[in-house]
Amino acid sequence: MAQLLTRPASHDISAPPIQMEGVSLRYDSTVVLRDITFSLPAGQLVAVVGPNGAGKTTLFRIIAGILRPEAGLVHVYGHKPGGHVCIAYVPQRSQVDWSFPITVKEVVMMGRIRKIGLFRWPSRQDWKNVRHALERVGIYDLSNQQIGELSGGQQQRVFLAQALAQEAEVVLLDEPLTGLDMPSQEAIFATLDELKQEGVAIMVAMHDLNLAAERFDQVMLLNRRLIDFGLPHEVFTRSSLLEAYGGNVHLLPEGEGMLIADTCCEGGEDHL
Amino acid sequence: MDEILHWLTQPFSYAFMIRGMWASLIVGVVCPVLGTYVVLRGMAFLGDALAHIILPGVVMAFLLGWPLAAGALLVGVLAALAIGALGRRSEIKQDAIIGVVFAGAFALGVALISMQRSYAVDLAHILFGDLLGVSNDDLWLMAGLGALVLFTVFALYKEFLVISFDPVLATTLRLPVSLLQNILLVLLAIVIVISIQAVGVALVLAMLVTPASTAYLISRRLPSMMLLSAGIGSFSAVLGLYLSFYVNVASGPAIVLVETVIFVLAFALAPRRGVLWELLRTRRG
Repeated sequence: MAQLLTRPASHDISAPPIQMEGVSLRYDSTVVLRDITFSLPAGQLVAVVGPNGAGKTTLFRIIAGILRPEAGLVHVYGHKPGGHVCIAYVPQRSQVDWSFPITVKEVVMMGRIRKIGLFRWPSRQDWKNVRHALERVGIYDLSNQQIGELSGGQQQRVFLAQALAQEAEVVLLDEPLTGLDMPSQEAIFATLDELKQEGVAIMVAMHDLNLAAERFDQVMLLNRRLIDFGLPHEVFTRSSLLEAYGGNVHLLPEGEGMLIADTCCEGGEDHL
Repeated sequence: MDEILHWLTQPFSYAFMIRGMWASLIVGVVCPVLGTYVVLRGMAFLGDALAHIILPGVVMAFLLGWPLAAGALLVGVLAALAIGALGRRSEIKQDAIIGVVFAGAFALGVALISMQRSYAVDLAHILFGDLLGVSNDDLWLMAGLGALVLFTVFALYKEFLVISFDPVLATTLRLPVSLLQNILLVLLAIVIVISIQAVGVALVLAMLVTPASTAYLISRRLPSMMLLSAGIGSFSAVLGLYLSFYVNVASGPAIVLVETVIFVLAFALAPRRGVLWELLRTRRG
């Protein structure tokens, strides 16, 4: 029965954590992503921004190996994503069944079930890992709560802890900050900064452009195609933002400290 | 005191009642345990359909002189796998396809029975169960299949949990998701076969869904939901059997009615998810 699980792909250390070349995907006849090419170095915290329907979720699902692109090449540490077990993809909170009868620590343990193996039960060491992950995100005291009983920020941290328990090396978070208050956002950033120090590659889909400019190493501006990818002040130019958002973005003209606000989309559903 | 004891033991002076009690206990435990996944994964319609699809298998086994369970199991497993495959690649919505197969197979089953002489009696047994007609061989088969189901649910506990709660995570962990889904469908077919003798094709759905839904209203964890629904299922089975003995109602419907009453009570009174709780909370503020 052990052969039911394919062996995880080995990591090519000289290869970048995420590499895409000419990736395209359509749903029916609508183009969702067109000719995406980029390469992401390790230990980077990257914000992925763009209007609703820009293809952020689709991009993540392709990197995670859940969707297969029609054209182009996706490599995670030098191999196709389908063989990796080191990729954590945390969906939007609206995608989770919060009334499911399951506790916080059980959700976190799910990150380890591949490591535990078929037919086996979690060992003491596995529970230690879960405890450690919960402590790192600061919600160990909630271990035995049913997940629906938590606040939005706590719920988001449960899934971050799951990625920690999985010992993920590529972490993809789909709108983790939407609807959270400042302290909850800070708690998430604290963990993300730690992960970054450990060399984990992290991509975060989000809508708050100011936050993206302040807290992230690099930003990716996406609207079906990759408009720009690089340091925030290089990417968030007037022309690029207009290209991505059309008229839906307010730009305060001239000089330093350009204030930008994405007027559409905040809190919206984004399933593409 | 003696009277109560007499009331309790009286039914079991008959061998067929003892066999019926064992059969209803097996069904009362196994069905609700797997039923938790039926409820959590929203497979109720699929379960009902599978139960009806099995009918022609039962009838053909009867005509060929095979054990009824063998025919039911064969058709049930094939149908479960076919539905699993159709649902993954099709232009029509899955529930419509299930509906087509469900109605067609059921019609075939009834048509086959209607060609027999003792049509009315046998059809009623298949539709609504014949708990008191369970033979020793039936009982052993039910016990064996029931043990197999419980063992599989235990052995693949964390895998079934993850494909039910978060199939996307199951994919990124590179688990064999469609294989696991098919195993779950096959288990569902087996459980339905076990229950047909007890409650019949028409009421199997209640055994799968009602105790598990009751437990869902009360439990906060899957293991307690499974234990609780098995408890409710077996209690209802025993009480239903007493009712059928003393009040002279058919045993299958009696069991299902007991389960339904327990569900309604839980729906009204359960902490957190019950109606009364909701009312109190909104009134308070």
